[in-house]
This record gives sequence, C-alpha cells and structure tokens, in this order.
Amino acid sequence: MRLYSIAVYLFLYIPIGIIVLFSFNSGRHASDFQGLSTMWYGKALSNPFVMESLVTSLIIAFAAATLSSLTGTAAALALQRMRGPMRVLFDGLIYISITIPGIVIGITTLVALVTAFDIVNPILADMWPEGVKPPKLSLGYASVIAAHTLFTMSLVIVLVRARIAGMDRALIEASTDLYATPWRTFYQITLPQIFPAIMAGFLLSFTFSFDDFIISFFVAGPNTTLPIYVFSSIRRGITPEVNAIGTIVLAFSLILLVTAQFLLRARNERK
Amino acid sequence: MEHNPSQLAQASKVDVPDIQFVGVTKRFGNVAAVDNVDLSVESGAFFSFLGPSGCGKTTSLRMIAGFEQPTEGNVYINGQSVVGIPPHKRHVNMVFQQYALFPHMDVADNIGYGLRQRAPRPSKSEIAKRVDETLELVRLEGYGNRRVWEMSGGQQQRVALARALINHPTVLLLDEPLAALDRKLRREMQIELQTLQRDVGITFVLVTHDQEEALSMSDQICIMNEGRIVQTGSPRDLYDDPVSRYVADFVGKSNFFEGDVVDVNAGSYSIKSATGQVFSGFGSKGAPALVKGGKASIAVRPELLSIGSADGGNIDADVKILGQIKNRIFLGEHTEYLVECEGLGEVLVLSPKHIENIRGTFEPGASVTLGWMNDIALALGD
Repeated sequence: MRLYSIAVYLFLYIPIGIIVLFSFNSGRHASDFQGLSTMWYGKALSNPFVMESLVTSLIIAFAAATLSSLTGTAAALALQRMRGPMRVLFDGLIYISITIPGIVIGITTLVALVTAFDIVNPILADMWPEGVKPPKLSLGYASVIAAHTLFTMSLVIVLVRARIAGMDRALIEASTDLYATPWRTFYQITLPQIFPAIMAGFLLSFTFSFDDFIISFFVAGPNTTLPIYVFSSIRRGITPEVNAIGTIVLAFSLILLVTAQFLLRARNERK
Repeated sequence: MEHNPSQLAQASKVDVPDIQFVGVTKRFGNVAAVDNVDLSVESGAFFSFLGPSGCGKTTSLRMIAGFEQPTEGNVYINGQSVVGIPPHKRHVNMVFQQYALFPHMDVADNIGYGLRQRAPRPSKSEIAKRVDETLELVRLEGYGNRRVWEMSGGQQQRVALARALINHPTVLLLDEPLAALDRKLRREMQIELQTLQRDVGITFVLVTHDQEEALSMSDQICIMNEGRIVQTGSPRDLYDDPVSRYVADFVGKSNFFEGDVVDVNAGSYSIKSATGQVFSGFGSKGAPALVKGGKASIAVRPELLSIGSADGGNIDADVKILGQIKNRIFLGEHTEYLVECEGLGEVLVLSPKHIENIRGTFEPGASVTLGWMNDIALALGD
C-alpha cells in the first residue's frame, strides 16, 4: 500500500520536477541536459512576446480576481441570510460552476458572447449618428475577465461562506447592541472577520485565472495570455525557455496558494 | 461613577418601571417560546429570570435587547414601547454568555466601541478617559492594550461588563454571564456583580438556570417554565412561599410527600400518602387553592426536619416517620443525611452541628425517626 502511494506521488510530481530541472539546462534542447544555467530564464524574460503575454495575463488575473472577490463576498453575505429552497438552489449552482469542466465554460461563454454581440452590435450601429464610427463589441480583455470571474467567483463564495459560518453570530449582535448601525457593524466587525477569507479567495482566483488556458483559449479573441503563448510555442518544439516559463508560473502559483492557505489557517487557529 | 442627567430624571420617575411586558408572546413556528407574559422590572432592581433551558428566559431577554420581536403583546423600556425598534436604537446593553468580545480589537477598543458609535461621536480623549474609568470600575487598570484572547475567562467577563456599562444603559442585560467560569471564580463574580450593581445604580436583568446564582444576587426573581411565568418575588418569598412544587423544587432543596387531598380546613390541607399516612401543611400565599380529592404534595425543607433515634423519643414533632440512613455527608456546619423511608422515597435532612454535638451523629444503615412540625410544612400543587 505504501509503495503504491509512493508510486502515485512519483507519477504526479516527477514530470513537474523534470520541467523545473530542465529549465536550468544550459543546452539548446529541452530533452538534452548539458549542465546548470539560468540563461533560459534570461531569454524568456527578455522575449517581448513572453513579456507582453505575461502583462496580459496579469491584467486579466488581477481584474478577474478583484471582480470575483467583490461579487463573491456580496453573494456569500446575501446567501447567508437566505433560507429554504432558494438557498439550496443557489448552493447547488455554485458547486456546479466549480465542478463544470473548463472546456464547457469556454464553449458556452464563447457561444453566449458571440450571440450577444451579433444582437447588440447592429443595434449600436443604428443608434450611433451618421458618420461616426459606432463602437463594436468583440472578444477581448472584457470577455476573458468576464468568463474567469464567472467561475472564480464561486471559489470566493465558498471560502467566504465557510468563514461566515465559523464566525460567532454573537459578535454581530454585540455590535448592534452597542449602537452600531447595520452598515457600521458590517465594516467594523463582519468585514475584518471575513477579510482573510476574501484575501484567500482573491489569491486563489488570481492563480486560477492566471493559470487558465482552456477558457482563455476560447474567449480571448486577439489577446495572448501566457498559457496561450506557451501552448503556441510548444508547437514549434519544446525549448528550455518554455520550461523556464513553466517554472516561473509554477513558483508564482505555489506562493499565492501557500499565502492563501496561510491566511485561512492563521485566523482559524487564533479563534 | 457619575450619573448622566437622563438617568437622574429616570430615577425620579419611580412609578415608571424600566422594563414592562404586557401580554408578550413569542412564537417560533408553532412553538410558543414565551407565552402571554406580563411583568415589570422596577428601576434600580437586580432582576433575574430563572428556569431550565427552553423555559423562555433567554427569549425574554433577547426581546428586551431587540434581537427578537414579540409575536404578540408589547415590550416597554422606560415607559416607551420598543416593538419594532432595532437593537442599535435601544438604550440597553447586554453581556453575552460567551462574552462576544471583538477578537480583532484590543481591550480598550472593545470597551470604547459603544461610545464610538454615538452621534455626535465623543472626542478621542473623552473616550480614552471614560475607558480608563470603566477599566478601573471593573478592576482591570492597565489592561487596555491587551488583546482579548490573552485574557483569562474572569478578565474577559469583566471586559464584557465594562463594554456594556461604559454606555450607562437604562438596563444591563446579562445572559448566563457566569456560566463559563469555574466555581470559585463564579462565587467571586457573583459578589462583584452585586457590588457593581449597587455602585452604578443601573437596573440589571439576569438570565440564569443556576438557582444559587439567582438567589444570592437578585432582588426579584421570575421563575419561568415552558414559556410562562410560574412565580415572581424576592428570593425569600420564593423560598418561604413557593406557589407550586415546581418552584419549591427549583429554589433550594425540598422533600415532597405526595398524596391525595383528603381534608381542607382554613388554609390547611391534609394529604393521604400511598402508605396511608396523613400529612398536613399550609397552603402557600398566592397559590391557587387545592381541591379535595386532587393530587398534592407536602413540602418540607431539609433543614426543618429533625432526626432522632428509632424509638422516636427525643424529638419534638407533630409528624414522625421512620427510615434508614442511606448516606451521610459531613459538610462542616451541617451534616447531610439521605434517609430511605419505606413507601415515601428518599428524604434529605440537614442537621446543624450544634444539635449533632448534643444528640450525636447517626451512622449509615442506622434506623432513625424523622419529624417535623405541621406549621413549617407546605401543601403544594404541581
């Protein structure tokens, strides 16, 4: 049994280890290890295409994480007050949106957006005065951000809900008993109590959005995110440069995940 | 502590009770947690709701605080109906069972919380001054910068008290405030709460299931059962004149001899027990009259029973019963005997030291006579 589980872990982590190792390869080929070097990191970071897609990815991840933190927290607070069948329905919808495969979100979002654009664009064209170029909705930043927010929001909801459930109800009662209006109670008591969960939700959303390939691939339009860049460059053969990018993304994601875990854990222990 | 003008004004209007319930009912679904309750709490009183869990005492307190709204009836604070008024607009403050201190604030910020919500908000220096005064009042000088989770249970309790008292509420509500403390600390805090209440002159309303706590601290106790008030009165009234067996059982310890009422004579009742013995007792003040043929109990307090040797010769009593000592506990100034009486069950006797010194003690297993005078026995319905 123990051997079996060791084998499973090796199977899972050896490829990742190899990518990390080969990213320090000094040779020209990904599969031919010739000694340690950080030159591919330098190459990757000075490649304008890499940098451009990195910036794109960061903008999208930041925007999606911010939006999902705000909307997710609001939804979690509202759901907490809900009772009965509606709550069950919304709980179900949240878990569905987490478990749904990315490719389904990708396709459905793409279809929905394109259909919406086809309807809205002619209307916009009609509304605008003669001679002025009407705005034309198309796939781009907004569509990727919207699609990412759609599924990362559920993560925030789940995390914040758990935190609210673990919070002492009496704190809120104590605050209102001490003359605080509902709004003041929210930002003086509730918000500080759930803030670690919101931050953790933000970081997780950021990671998920930053690492996402499938959904972005469908709805990104002309934009190239880092995962899309990596995917397209692999078609020209795997270079140590790709390994280097992969390692950077891996390290970055791990740091965010560990921070998120730390935020969730630290507050719980203190209670 | 200084009194603000509105408090002095309230104190002069002695005819207006601080809290008044008129026909208050609170239902959760089909269950009436509080069922048609009328009561009033006089200004400056230490008032306790006493009863087992689920008797409606906490719901009553929460209706005063504003966390629950009555389904029917009216709640008045200081003569004003507060039905529909949210907690943050009521001038009452609560000490919560688990204290509910804000974990992300230090002790001083917790205590000053209520002042900071006021409009207009007092100046920082004013708040700091009041916080220091209140810390002194609860004997926590210099603890202002501590984090709340660094404090012991007793200290947290005092912070919770300070956080409520700093606002000079019309009424201070205490929800089982001592339940989380150990026995010794609880005793200390009982005395401290009583002293504090006299010092600040604020009306205290306490909820507890601990009869000793209620008896030792309160001016008035309201005993509740299944959402209704069973009896309201001073601790002494409840102890001496319980209106029912439920009250006599809840307040202090009592022995009960059950049977059917066989004779009614000018406030005195005779009851025939299953063993055929007839016991007599007086009806309690304020209790509904018992009817002939109905079930009733004769209640005798353990300290009012005399214990003597099996021949029964050396005790002076109207009623004597025989029994066998099952257990003996020496309590210092008293010896507690548990006596098994054939057909009547176990009877508890508290025998004072000075009598033991004269008559000697009885060993477990010994046959004894128990006796009491008819005028100390109470005839009670259930």
